[in-house]
This record gives sequence, structure tokens and C-alpha cells, in this order.
Amino acid sequence: MTRETPQVTGGTGAAAGTGPAKAFAYAPAPESRAIVDIAPSYGLFVDGEFRDASDGKVFKTVSPASEEVLSEVAQASAEDVDTAVRAARAAHAEWAALPGAERAKYLFRIARIVQERARELAVLETLDNGKPIRETRDADLPLIAAHFFYYAGWADKLPHAGFGPDPRPLGVAAQVIPWNFPLLMLAWKIAPALATGNTVVLKPAETTPLSALFFADICRQAGLPRGVVNIVTGAGPTGAALVAHPDVDKVAFTGSTAVGKEIARTVAGTRKRLTLELGGKGANIVFDDAPIDQAVEGIVNGIYFNGGQVCCAGSRLLVQESVQDELLDALKRRLATLRIGDPLDKNTDVGAINSAEQLARITELTRAGEAEGAERWSPACELPSTGYWFAPTVFTNVTQAHRIAREEIFGPVLSVLTFRTPDEAVAKANNTPYGLSAGVWTEKGSRILKMAQQLRAGVIWSNTFNKFDPTSPFGGYQESGFGREGGRHGLEAYLDV
Amino acid sequence: MSDTPKATAGRAAPRLGVLKTYKLYIGGKFPRSESGRVYEVTDSKGNWLAHAPLSSRKDARDAVAAARKAFGGWSGATAYNRGQILYRVAEMLEGRRDQFTAEVVAAEGVARGKAAARVDAAIDRWVWYAGWSDKIAQVAGGANPVAGPYFNLSSPEPTGVVAVLAPQESSFLGLVSVLAPVIVTGNTAVLVPSEERPLPALSLSEVLATSDLPGGVVNVLSGRTSELGTPLAAHQDVNAIDLTGAGPELARDLEIAAADNLKRVLRPAPSEDWAADPGTGRLLPFLETKTVWHPVGT
Repeated sequence: MTRETPQVTGGTGAAAGTGPAKAFAYAPAPESRAIVDIAPSYGLFVDGEFRDASDGKVFKTVSPASEEVLSEVAQASAEDVDTAVRAARAAHAEWAALPGAERAKYLFRIARIVQERARELAVLETLDNGKPIRETRDADLPLIAAHFFYYAGWADKLPHAGFGPDPRPLGVAAQVIPWNFPLLMLAWKIAPALATGNTVVLKPAETTPLSALFFADICRQAGLPRGVVNIVTGAGPTGAALVAHPDVDKVAFTGSTAVGKEIARTVAGTRKRLTLELGGKGANIVFDDAPIDQAVEGIVNGIYFNGGQVCCAGSRLLVQESVQDELLDALKRRLATLRIGDPLDKNTDVGAINSAEQLARITELTRAGEAEGAERWSPACELPSTGYWFAPTVFTNVTQAHRIAREEIFGPVLSVLTFRTPDEAVAKANNTPYGLSAGVWTEKGSRILKMAQQLRAGVIWSNTFNKFDPTSPFGGYQESGFGREGGRHGLEAYLDV
Repeated sequence: MSDTPKATAGRAAPRLGVLKTYKLYIGGKFPRSESGRVYEVTDSKGNWLAHAPLSSRKDARDAVAAARKAFGGWSGATAYNRGQILYRVAEMLEGRRDQFTAEVVAAEGVARGKAAARVDAAIDRWVWYAGWSDKIAQVAGGANPVAGPYFNLSSPEPTGVVAVLAPQESSFLGLVSVLAPVIVTGNTAVLVPSEERPLPALSLSEVLATSDLPGGVVNVLSGRTSELGTPLAAHQDVNAIDLTGAGPELARDLEIAAADNLKRVLRPAPSEDWAADPGTGRLLPFLETKTVWHPVGT
């Protein structure tokens, strides 16, 4: 595996002229991993119990920060997927017939157990995913609990949701989720599905299966009826078998646009309902009157949160030409203070890249950026010698034709473009087949509203970025997929309306 | 509608009817098909009615270009204005009830009374959808009470250019039922009417052209549904497709093609009842939800 560490100076001192003088060094502040008890192996969670794959196959899941093998996980075959779908089907009638208030109580129980086990799950997620504990602890886990609370409250109020007086569940939902927010994406999918009376078979990503299996244990603790939630672990073929299964009524997928298109083809001509949350190339637009310090924080949060492995990341910075130098100087100063390293360290801002494969893709695209003439910059930082790491990177002199301005990189790589007028900003921001997110930074309210109207994206963050809430619909335009998750809108995907 | 001339001795021959050359409706103009092709349209008993243009793939591309060009203005118009224009369409239709009734009689082979009822229902449907223009945002959107100091609002927005394969049986009520919900929210449409019964749609174009509807908002392509559906489903600048007029096999193929740019797809529903209350089921599939956040504070 190749690993690029541009401009690494060897020390932790700031690069000359870009960062503040080093006043002191942080002492390590690692979160203890003793709170998590990871078993050496896990089975599939089907019909309320863990079981081995029918053909006995397993795969390993590693910690991206250390390459340490965390556990062995069963690899579900098509036969296992079939068993899981049957279990979900068998459980469906009773689950759907349950009074909404009773379903709600199960979801409230799950929400509470998630809160009680939040610290354990945060550490587990950080180990398996590589993202900083600061993020899993302060962002992922609170949002996960909040989603279960929010949709728990809908379970007995569905006639008031605006989908008619007697909205019906669809049946068995097949759900395939990515590795960037493993447990949060699970919550986004499972909470509305269960609230509306569907049963689910969920496949977590092959590099981050553990928190879903811990969630299976939470379902057991909550006393959830057998078969209502089933977890099948595995890679692409497992997901493909699940999506194609003839007895599935609904398919929900979050992941890459390429796989999303493949799934759309698979369900074509069937009765299966489909929602897709796919890639993005979000534009973060900074006007000359923007509060620069706040904008810098928003840019950092937009592209370096979760190492940029976020579909709605603000990966294209569109800065008004007149403030380009000022903004980039401030941004570089700020980046020099980011701490990269052990994700379990509570001071860490940027953790590991999720997998060797993902690191290779980021590396390839950033090389293309250099080859196509963009100018590359990273703050001075020392990357650990084991694990998968990529320094926060900024590309300037980027044009709209460059691959780094067009393709989703899914890593801590920011492409900077400029504009002169609001119309030019809109044209450049919309110049993409994606349409998931956009940011607007200006103190002028009427301009914010006008920009928000014109930008073709499902979420517009004005003077903020990467904010999420269970009451707030999230989803894309165009090739960022269709359907919304969160809020009242998120119920529609699981109801016969 | 031709009056057969009868030779009457010693008197002038009765007047010969003037037949209409039906044309396409693209970008507010009435061109012939660029292919130069036409096909025969007959009534339910097989009697010749007219030639309809047999649209080509190039006509489909031209129509998409026209619809795209019209999208900015139409989607940017106020909801009030769009509602007014849709209501104006209903007004113009009202004045042509007899014409459309005759066309529906010819197209669908039903008795005059039944055809008149269908035309009336179609006019009333325009009025019903016209009223949705300034209400759907309040029904489908709203404020989201997020756990933090943010203003957070979700609003529906039009998806863009929508290809509409109109139902094959119901030449006018069905046609209006699939077209009006697409455009009332600000989408622009490329409409493929019933393959065998295209004449009411082509006459509707004349109504649309005189109803203050900007050119390009609706584009009408008569022809073979399968021949036109294929390029429209594959077109990278079409945002959504309504497959109502496609049979199951064609619908499946078109849905696969539509996946290439992740078009929004409305699948055909078996035996849709055009006389029933349509609800919002045909408005929502062609809307995106946009959520805007802004901090609240100083």
C-alpha cells in the first residue's frame, strides 16, 4: 500500500508562516477501551439469535487506526439472506398488528439502552471505524438515541403524519448501510422502519459490522420480538442478494452512487419501493462579507469532520475572489492546529481513513489533482506508522474540469474554487450531477435566502455546516439519490402511501 | 369529421369540411416532426380520422431542450401565478367543451354523454390542480423543531424536466390527470399522449398555447410510446419519468434506463381509476424536499 504524507516535517511544530507558534504539547488523553468487550467472533443475527453462516465463512474486521484484527464475523451467503428475510416475513404480521403505542415502547426502550451504553458504543465505533472518539461520543451516539426517541413517538401517531388516516407498513425492508456512520445509519434506517410496522433485514458495511451486532444485543435486551430486526454481515454479494430477494417489499440503501444505480436497475419492474442516499460533492460558498472565523470553522467541519468521509461533506470550497487570500490564510492557520492520530485520544480531531481500499482511492484522486495542475497543501503533521492515514489536504488553483472538483473523494480533501458574483457561485455550485448539500456564508439575509432557493441540493446549511437532527429531512437531488430520511418525510419511505 | 359531399342536381354542392393538419407542440411552437413521418389515427371502428405526427428521437431531444429552457422561468414563477395560469387553461377548455367531447367520442368510441362527462371531469381536474399550486408547500413542507438554536425549514421544489407517458386508454381525462400535477408545482413536461388516441392531446396543445402558459412548459409528442419512451428514459437531462402509459415490459426496460442518472420514476399502477379523487399521489413523486438551516442568535 502506498502512503503519501505530503510536507511532513517530522515534528509536531507548525509549518513556518502558516501556524501559530507551538506553546505547549497536549499530553495523550486516551479513552479506555476496557469498557468494550469484543468477542473473538460473531455470527449473523437472524430470528432473534446469533448463528454461523450456512457455509461457515467468516471475514475479519480490523481497526483502521492500528490494523489490529478486532473480531471475526460471519459472512452471510444468499441462503443466509433468504433465512433472514423469511424470519422478517414471519415476524411481520404480528409486529404490524401491534398497537402503535406498544411498538413505540420497544423503540423507547432501545433509545434508552443506547443512551445507557453510549460510552461503550462510542468506543466500539471508534475502534471499528477509525473516527475520533470526540465525534462518536459527541455526535454519533447522541443522534442515534435521538432518532430512536423521535421515531418512537411517531409509532402511535401515524394517522396524523399526513399520509391518510390508516397508513400501512410495506412489509419486509432490506436495508444496506455504509461504513462512515455505521450505527447512525443503522438508526436512520431501523427506527422509522420499526415505528411504521415494518420488519427489517439490515446489512452493515463489511469494514464496520461490529456496532450493528452490538445493536442486535440491544434488541435482545429490549425484548424485541424475534425476527423483527435481523442483521446479516458480509460484503457486496450479501447486499446484492438481500436487495434482489423476491420477498423484500422495500429497499433502502445508503452508499455510493454507482452501487445505487445498480440497485435501481435491480428493483426496476418490481413492486419493491426504493430510497437511495448516495454520494455528493457539496459546495461551501463563502461571500466576502462572511464572518471569516466562523466560515473557517464551518469549512473545517464541512470537510474534515469524519475525515471527509461524509456524503454531504463540503468538499468544494467556493470563495469570493476578493477574500480568497484572507480566507485561505485563516484556513491554513486553523488546519495547522488540527490534531491527527489515535482516534481514541479525546484530543484527536482527525482519525484514520476507514480502510486501505478507501485510502488508495483518496490517494489516487489527489494524485490526479496534482497531475491536472492543482496546487496541493497540507499542514505539517505526523501520521502514525500503522493504520490508514491521510493528512488534511487543500487544493487551490482548481478548475471545474478537474477530477477533484467533479468526483466524490470521500476523504479529507478540500478543492478550492473562486467566484465573483452570486450568479457565478450558483452556476458553479450546481455544476455537478450530485445534489446533496451546500453551504452559504454571508451576513446578508436576503442573499442567503436567494442562494438557498437557487442551489439544487437537498440540504442547505447557511452560516453553519454538517448539522443533523432526527426531525430534519435529509436527502438529495439528482444523482445524490431519492427519498428523504428524518422527520415526517422519513416515514413515507416505509408506508404504503 | 369530413362531411361527405352529396351530388345534388341543380344545386350547389354542400360545403366540404376543412381538415386540420395535426402538429407537435414544442417550445410553444407547432412544428411538424423533423422526421417528416406521420401515422394514421382512426376512430374506434377503424375509420380514418387524421394523420398525427410520428415523432422521432430528435423531436424528443428538441422537446427536452425546450422543457429545460422553460424550467427556470416556470419554476421561478410564483405559485399564485402558476395557479392562475392553470385555471386559465380550464377556462379555455370550458369554451371548447364541444370540440373535446367530439374528439373523445371519436378517440374512445363512447357515447356522447359519457364523453362529455369525461371532458367535464378533465376540466374540473385542471381547476382542482390549479388550486394546489400555492398549497402543496404547506402540506408537504414545514418547520422542523431541531434540538438546537436553528431556523430549520423544509420546502418542496420541482424536480425539473419530467417525461410523461400518458395513459393509453383515457385520451383526455387520463391525459389531464397525469399532466396537470406535473406542471402545477413548477416542473416542465415532455408529454407522450396515447399512441392510438393522440388527437385530444394535440388539440389540448392549442389550448395551452393560448392560456398564458409559457412556451416549453408542456411539449407534446405524438407517436409510438416505446419509440419515444426509450430516448426520454435514457436522456441525461430528464429528471423524472412517469411510466403510466407504458406496459409492464416496457416500463421495466425504461426504469432500468432511467437508473443511469437516477431519474425519479413513477411506476404504472394497474387499472388506475381516472374518475377517482387523485389525492397528492401524483404531485409528490415529482418534488424534491429542500431543507434549509440557519443558526438563530446574534
